[in-house]
Amino acid sequence: MNIAVVLRQVPDLVETLDIDRTGTALDWDTASWIVNECDDHALEQALLLKEAGGGSVTVVALDAGDVDNTLYTAAAKGADRILKIPLDDPTPPAPRAAAALLAQAIRTLDAELVLVGVQAHNELDGVLPPLLAAGLERPYVGVIRGVQPGAEPGTVTACKEFPGAVMARMQVRLPAVLGILGAEQPPRYVPVSRIRAAMKATQFEEPEVTVPARDARVTVRRLYAPASAARAEILSGSVSDVAARLVTILAERGILK
Amino acid sequence: MSASDVLVLAEIQRGMLADITLELLAAARQLTAATGGSVLCAVLSDDGQSHASALAAADRVLLVNDPQLAAYAPEPYVAALCEIVRAEQPCAVLIGGTSIGWDVAPLLASRLDIPLVTGCRAIQAEGEGLAVTTAFCGGKLLADVQVTARPAVLMVLPGSCRAAAAPGRAQIEVRTLAAPLESGAVRFQEWVLPAAGDVDITQQDILVAVGRGIQQQDNLALAEELATALGGAVCASRPVVDQGWLPATRQVGKSGMTVRPKLYLAFGISGAPEHVEGMQSAELIVAVNTDPKAPIFDAAHYGAELDALDLLPALAEAATARKGEASQSA
Repeated sequence: MNIAVVLRQVPDLVETLDIDRTGTALDWDTASWIVNECDDHALEQALLLKEAGGGSVTVVALDAGDVDNTLYTAAAKGADRILKIPLDDPTPPAPRAAAALLAQAIRTLDAELVLVGVQAHNELDGVLPPLLAAGLERPYVGVIRGVQPGAEPGTVTACKEFPGAVMARMQVRLPAVLGILGAEQPPRYVPVSRIRAAMKATQFEEPEVTVPARDARVTVRRLYAPASAARAEILSGSVSDVAARLVTILAERGILK
Repeated sequence: MSASDVLVLAEIQRGMLADITLELLAAARQLTAATGGSVLCAVLSDDGQSHASALAAADRVLLVNDPQLAAYAPEPYVAALCEIVRAEQPCAVLIGGTSIGWDVAPLLASRLDIPLVTGCRAIQAEGEGLAVTTAFCGGKLLADVQVTARPAVLMVLPGSCRAAAAPGRAQIEVRTLAAPLESGAVRFQEWVLPAAGDVDITQQDILVAVGRGIQQQDNLALAEELATALGGAVCASRPVVDQGWLPATRQVGKSGMTVRPKLYLAFGISGAPEHVEGMQSAELIVAVNTDPKAPIFDAAHYGAELDALDLLPALAEAATARKGEASQSA
């Protein structure tokens, strides 16, 4: 099975998020970037499918958010081809524009299955995977945790996650786009030495694409840190001080008997 | 049909009306108070009538009964909803940020070429458009967003609005679609329920929850020791389950379990909206995170800006000592 995987860079939420001078967007220059976690799972799922049944894995990414290291890591993990879509503006495009760009590149591939993380935390006016499916005119289902070859030829079986650790097993006729929440196993680790080797051996392909018009129907007026309506009472002091205070609170409430 | 109406998609999971539906109806009622329109509720099912009585908070309940809607699949859902939106022309379509909503809302917006906003926490009418506050970057930031075109599809964060009471009786309308629904390329096959035998975290009074801050699987032992000391169980946010360190039955949040324990201790959990959704009803929430700006502190009653790996053993030791003192004095 030939599989295309979309990888996106997102701001690392562990780091401070700065807002730019317009007050309507993140300051992309100061953001610390990491691969979108669900996309990383999509890559892992694609590699598992390839290892089980052959075929190829092509990674497609927009050239935004210091993506090169993520792409070299993907190559080190086992991706066969890397397509990096050049952008004039290093700011990550909105989901509709990103989907249009990615669809142009993926259409040139012979990919029966497209896997992409079901969400990215910096999307607010669109959700990339279904928009991409619409652009490719392919069926879509998302919130998928685990994909396996289907019982019938030309199909896969995807497990869609619902609350309560309940899954719906779905049959998906290919070609299709799936929004991945999690792979069947955690994303694999690759040692730095293999990533360095991939940096020397991997050539990124840069497909030609046409940048779509901006969708102005949804605009951000203000981006800000939420004011806490009911912030927690912060317990200060050393670790042992806090532990003692917590034990007292739990005892007073009858929780610790 | 009115451009001031608000349409809600009723969500039915395994034959049951999901709680999010009543939250959406409440949000829709607030919005129509400003627009002057009606609250419509679309029920896509093979037996919508059985759910209609629970939807009295709507003004009109639109039932689409079709065998293809007996279990969820994207294509028949989106096709049916497209037809209703085209016919009713509401100013907004409210869909929950749920497993079904993450499929249907963007597919609907794409097919009708109308705007979509995700993570909606507050919605107001504004002139010919809408003003929406959304969660951004996992809830660490908020965005005030202007939507200048109607209708718009708004994906509402579960827990953003208190569920609507049922003040009256909605008008029930059975809708016949222009053409029978087709199954599409994605077909439901079967439900897979969690394996029995693991701890049922929804029944625990005390939960020790761990997130990414636990760093590695070996450190779960620290959480287990504290849970043992307190007489509770260990649960986790999604990244821990994604790593395979705990089974899905221990996951708290949107795609996991909703828990209401007496005590919820959150160690190294940032507090993404998807997680908070599953634990915000706990009686007492204590959050431990090194990031003072972590959203989990907004959901907690008490917090400590400490490393989870330091406080876990210290708290286990202090709790064990306190229990020892209590048993001696007894």
